[in-house]
Amino acid sequence: MTPRPTRRPAGSRRRTSGERLPWPALLLAVVAIAFFALPLVGLLWRAPWSQTGRILTDPALRQALRLSLVCSLWATLLSLVFGVPLSWLLARIHFPGRSFVRALCTLSMVVPPVVGGVALFAALGRRGLVGQWLDRWFDLRLPFSTAGVVVAQTFVAMPFLVLTVESALRQHDRRLEDAARTLGASGWYTFRRVTLPAVRPAVVAGAVLAWARALGEFGATITFAGNFPGRTQTLPIATYLALETDPADAVMLSLVLIATSFAVLVGLRDRWLGAGEAMVAIDPEASR
Amino acid sequence: MSLELSGRVRQGSFELDVELSVDSGETVALLGPNGAGKTTLLRVLAGLQALDDGVLRLDGRTLDDASGDVFVPPERRPIAVVFQQYLLFPNLSALENVAFGLRARGTPRAEARRTAAGWLDRVGLASMGRRRPDQLSGGQQQRVALARALATEPALLLLDEPLAALDAATRNDVRRDLRQHLSGFAGIRLLITHDPLDAHALADQVIVLEEGRITQRATLAEITAHPRSRYVAELVGVNLLHGTLRGGTLVLDGGAELIGAEAGLADGPVRAVIRPQAISLHADRPHGSPRNVWSATVAELDRHGDRVRVRLDGPIAATAEVTAAAVAELGLHPGDPVWASVKATELDITPA
Repeated sequence: MTPRPTRRPAGSRRRTSGERLPWPALLLAVVAIAFFALPLVGLLWRAPWSQTGRILTDPALRQALRLSLVCSLWATLLSLVFGVPLSWLLARIHFPGRSFVRALCTLSMVVPPVVGGVALFAALGRRGLVGQWLDRWFDLRLPFSTAGVVVAQTFVAMPFLVLTVESALRQHDRRLEDAARTLGASGWYTFRRVTLPAVRPAVVAGAVLAWARALGEFGATITFAGNFPGRTQTLPIATYLALETDPADAVMLSLVLIATSFAVLVGLRDRWLGAGEAMVAIDPEASR
Repeated sequence: MSLELSGRVRQGSFELDVELSVDSGETVALLGPNGAGKTTLLRVLAGLQALDDGVLRLDGRTLDDASGDVFVPPERRPIAVVFQQYLLFPNLSALENVAFGLRARGTPRAEARRTAAGWLDRVGLASMGRRRPDQLSGGQQQRVALARALATEPALLLLDEPLAALDAATRNDVRRDLRQHLSGFAGIRLLITHDPLDAHALADQVIVLEEGRITQRATLAEITAHPRSRYVAELVGVNLLHGTLRGGTLVLDGGAELIGAEAGLADGPVRAVIRPQAISLHADRPHGSPRNVWSATVAELDRHGDRVRVRLDGPIAATAEVTAAAVAELGLHPGDPVWASVKATELDITPA
């Protein structure tokens, strides 16, 4: 990606001089690394390894894990289906108020998730702006349902995908699309065979980011969907509640969450991204 | 078949206003400096940009009519483009690139691939079908781009600076191949370039575009003798001589000999470019450093302000550019004998 720093010829004593950090900066960087590493080490240290079997086979935990995976994958799918066209609109179509729309659609990234949950209630709750009509006409009640979990997760996760894909679409060479059209390709055919393959790494990266955000989602979910085991109690919520009753279980659940995220990240990187450049947004090392 | 354009496009303060007609079977080069509107014209023809005013017709069919509200989008025009940077699809193989236009128009995959393979074979890349664009050399990419354009069997082929992205070493080869492929294409050929050598090598006629207007349309020999503008005179109106290099001496097709200063060129067919300003005229045979001296007859005088283009007949047909004062001092008139000289270092010789 970035050009490597020029190195002095091999054998020169100062060949890496350009890459040496001043020691105060190095010290601060090491503190930062420790800051990220220590909590993980702490979890491993506090983990009740003797009870591993009991906790991992606990039906309540398995239920929460399954619910978390199912809901976060649904949220990722919905983010893709609606987010890619939205990124396209934001990247390509000039319309008045575009930056306002962009800010609106990515607001949920920056507001506290609990606020997002309250706002979802106001809109989609049983007496909400739209929710009352969903209830009356379709007998559809989103709050405190599994679908509500998916809605809350999508609400906070989609902006990650939208921003990633929009930026890739902006960087894409539009002349390639011109070339496709002069060859007789319709807009849809051009999108499918030229544009989408070009931004695919960004779509994958954006989907991974959105999925990770959805999996870890807590505030909006518990506010909008509540905490019903088997229905809306996802793993982060179960972990938080376990902390009050049985801290050892909370540590174990945290490790399960970390392991799940880590496994999916590693698996995706090998399967989808190969030696590609897609994970730059998440992991700059991946493209070296 | 013919292409007829008469219209205007505005872009900020720039305005393109052209009237143009090209028949099939001839290659027309559109020459002009940067910013003259060449690319805008290409985009108008291809349908990537609409006319603000006027009409575009191809083969009698109206493609764009600003007043009649007709606009045929690019994907429905029988026009193919070889873009300057080729713009091959990086995620598709060479074969898939060539098949793209056919697939986009609904040709079944197997048939499209067969046809595409045929085109790749025609441009000499039969064995490269599975390579991706980044695994091809610049010259090979150019040929894939040409095959991709021709595979759609367009009525009008637009070439946008097809040689500009190549290095000097491969440019001569690719130019020769391109000439051969173009002559096999029956439709209308329009070549956009800023390089008079490309125009010389590939085109029958030259249209000069400057600041959004067509300033001249003629064969290159005519343009050299009668440039209508300073740009044309400086960059387009050069003397182009064909000949053979034999042991450092350029033997022109007419038999006359010139000495060049190019070192390291192999013997064989070559082209030499001499700027008219590099040719001096003398009343008597000059004695001095210029290695090339010959006796000529003034055929024509063409005055532009204080400069005069003097077309010379004789063993070497060339045009010289001198000041009006020099013409007056020498008392030159058509039919007068005159001595011409040019320094060996002023001959720009390239392999043909």
